Amino acid sequence: MIRTENLHKSFHIAGRENLHVLRGVNEHIKKGEVVSVIGPSGGGKSTFLRCLNMLETPEEGKIFFEGVEITGANVDINIHRQKMGMVFQHFNVFPHLSVKDNITLAPVLLKKKTQQEADEMAKELLNRVGLIDKIDEHPGRLSGGQKQRLAIVRALAMEPDVMLFDEPTSALDPEMVGEVLEVIKNLVKTGMTSVIVTHEMGFAREVSDRVLFMDAGLIAESGTPEELFRHPQNARTQEFLSKVLY
Amino acid sequence: MIDYFNNIIKIMSEYWDVFLVTGVGYTLLLSFITVFFGAILGVFLCLGRMANFKPLNWVVIAIVEVVRGTPILLQLYIGYFLVPKILPFTVPDFLSVCIALIINSAAYTSEIFRSGIQAVDKGQTEAARSLGLSASQTMTRIILPQAIKNILPALGNEFVMIIKETSLASTFFVGELMTSYLKVKGNTYLTMECLLIVGVIYFAMTSVLSKLLSIFERRLKAND
Repeated sequence: MIRTENLHKSFHIAGRENLHVLRGVNEHIKKGEVVSVIGPSGGGKSTFLRCLNMLETPEEGKIFFEGVEITGANVDINIHRQKMGMVFQHFNVFPHLSVKDNITLAPVLLKKKTQQEADEMAKELLNRVGLIDKIDEHPGRLSGGQKQRLAIVRALAMEPDVMLFDEPTSALDPEMVGEVLEVIKNLVKTGMTSVIVTHEMGFAREVSDRVLFMDAGLIAESGTPEELFRHPQNARTQEFLSKVLY
Repeated sequence: MIDYFNNIIKIMSEYWDVFLVTGVGYTLLLSFITVFFGAILGVFLCLGRMANFKPLNWVVIAIVEVVRGTPILLQLYIGYFLVPKILPFTVPDFLSVCIALIINSAAYTSEIFRSGIQAVDKGQTEAARSLGLSASQTMTRIILPQAIKNILPALGNEFVMIIKETSLASTFFVGELMTSYLKVKGNTYLTMECLLIVGVIYFAMTSVLSKLLSIFERRLKAND
């Protein structure tokens, strides 16, 4: 479903040395697969994820999404982004819109649905994540966990083929992590192809079909949760896992 | 002291309309026209500043820097002498001064717009684009509705600033409040009294406006 070839990305900050964040990432995420990406901070996890829907433009390498090279020239990335939902660490819900309008704005504006159809779907989605009583509220009234659940259903309203999660629980108070992970868990059970950058090792282990360990801009190791967590082969993976509690 | 008071009463009973009708009227008119057209021109400057075309960015930066880096009185003089030379018809002084003020205000408001837009969290753009919205849809549906809450209060402050700055237009006798001062002083020779009257009127205008603005601002915040 998503394939990357030799992805390179550096950040240029004036007056500092170039930060070479991705150093040639090759990866293939298959349809229906749930892939977690773990690893130390600065290892390139988030950048890798953000390249997948071109929020970051890689300097070198190719990304294929559903058979189309989206890194190519003359590609209308907006059309492909409609098929890739994304959930951010800081929720990024739209504060000037009601909960319902947060969900229906994109599908209606991009003519995927009529307002009526979108409203119906918003209700159904909000029911699913237990936010139906907040439908007319503004996000300012929601807790962090509720905002993130809203952000997830906002992405789902576009009926994407793949969901990208960028540390979805890292900015949450501890007591709210559970409710968000529960929603993601239920979602991946429906067979949604997902890529999840996370620091929640227990969660990664439980829901993933495959876990990637990223370090220093490369995928250092990839395997089933069982392989990666129980029998890590790479020395860096072993060191990292020995340091994190889960 | 009691003399001052009596003189002020006397001046006001005779010339109240010069201060309160002509003076205040022209000051508010000039300020309103300036901010209104300044804001419209400011939008275009802001677009030019943020456009993805470097030479245009530079032109706008140059205009804004020159306007901000030179005295407004100098700009009024230039407007006063230059505008009648450029336009093909007889230009009233009021219009020449107005145009200079509008250009001055546009430079400041364009920066108000730009900072208002840039103050919206980058994550909002990313979220909108990740849903498949185009850059222009993101701007009109997500960024501008949020930026307006930063922009409107600052634009109100600009209006208050302009009310004070229009006093410089009295150099060209265009009829606003400071011109009223010049006229009445010329008739009565009571300089200090006239200055006090004008000062109180300016202060009343700006403080009432500021108060209204802060009420309006609180309303905006309450909507979040």
